[in-house]
Amino acid sequence: MYGFGIELGVVAVSAVLLLAITIWKRKSPAKLCGIAALTRLHRVIGLSVEDGTRLHVSLGHGGLLDSRGGSALAGLAILRGIAEKTSVSDRPAVASSGDPFIGLLTQDTIQAGYQAAGVGELYTPTTGRVTGLGPFGFAAGALHITQNENVSANIMLGNFGPESALLAEASDRENVVVIGASNDLAGQSVLFASSQDALIGEELFAAGAYIGAGTSHAASLTVQDILRWLIVFVLLGGAFAKFAGVI
Amino acid sequence: MRVLTVLIAITAGILILVGYLFPQFAAVQTLLLNYAIIFVGAAALVGVFNILFVHADKIRRREKGSVYSAFLIMFLVATLTFGIIVGPGHITMRLVVDAIILPVEAALMGILTITLLYAAIRLLRRRLDVISVVFLLTAVLVVFGSATLPFGDMPVIGTFLRPWVMQVLALGGARGILIGVALGTLTTGLRVLFGADRPYGGN
Repeated sequence: MYGFGIELGVVAVSAVLLLAITIWKRKSPAKLCGIAALTRLHRVIGLSVEDGTRLHVSLGHGGLLDSRGGSALAGLAILRGIAEKTSVSDRPAVASSGDPFIGLLTQDTIQAGYQAAGVGELYTPTTGRVTGLGPFGFAAGALHITQNENVSANIMLGNFGPESALLAEASDRENVVVIGASNDLAGQSVLFASSQDALIGEELFAAGAYIGAGTSHAASLTVQDILRWLIVFVLLGGAFAKFAGVI
Repeated sequence: MRVLTVLIAITAGILILVGYLFPQFAAVQTLLLNYAIIFVGAAALVGVFNILFVHADKIRRREKGSVYSAFLIMFLVATLTFGIIVGPGHITMRLVVDAIILPVEAALMGILTITLLYAAIRLLRRRLDVISVVFLLTAVLVVFGSATLPFGDMPVIGTFLRPWVMQVLALGGARGILIGVALGTLTTGLRVLFGADRPYGGN
């Protein structure tokens, strides 16, 4: 019960902080520090609508029933904003995933984006795709989109392993901008080496706040910062206590 | 209808979370997760049909690369039909996996090795900064430190530097990144539980 008590405490504190800060942020908008990759993301969304090219949002092959689901949900929140902004484009954004559950959610999310933009009738279900089941099957299917559908930017947000190098390499050959973030360490290092601007660690979860997905996203960043400082103090306190022989 | 969807999603999410925190609710949590596993199975079938429709649409529109789509549909339908008739345990089905799918994935893995090496070489051309230089030097150090030589480990690099980089610097950094990812996952999950993010059909 001791372990569960800590978990319950963390969840409860986070929930209260998130609620309180979301209400507070509605009154005073958040000031965000610059992240090069997210600034570029903002720019490529606008450019794709202007020059009639397509954005490819790739959500990786993580499922919802395990710890990788968080990154896919973060990717879906960004997809919602991108779908809304690019819905009136000649070539609207397409989304790919390697998990059928996430595939269904991408279709729902894109449709919601179209409806929010007031063009629900333009939505086509084939813009949300399951390109393959499993990491390599997914990558092979997603390569096809990058190479054949006049894509100007590959936005990879979700669970990617080393197979993301195949996507990044194909994008590079087609002069397609790559913006990538993964919750997997191997995927992160690969994307760091292969993309123009890399997103590291929790920056994956910050993207929603940067594309204006809502005040709750900005509040999430503040909650993460608060919790991170708490963890830093606990780690330093634990190290000091161990050094002093208290524990 | 939309309110009902949100209500079901939030209630299910809270019950599963409560199941982790209070063992008394573990049975409800297991029941809901079992339902979810059945839904995932059904979703896999929907995913297969999605692949079929997307590629059939490409062929119909005569889009670039539609010949690959035709191959995909042909083999997908053949494998699916054959698998349904003889069952997944049949020797021919196992042959499809062992002689086609596994070698193709192994070939992709081989391509991946070269792709990663190429990406590492081009990193400095794409982004010349301190972090990129450190990243590349660390990768070179670890590769040399891991190399098998006739006389054993490479002195200093293999015996001291590589273990120190991997077990102190890399492990510490990895833990920091994973803590950040865990916090991001926590707040994302809470947003879904509060209904602020609704990836299931809500505006």
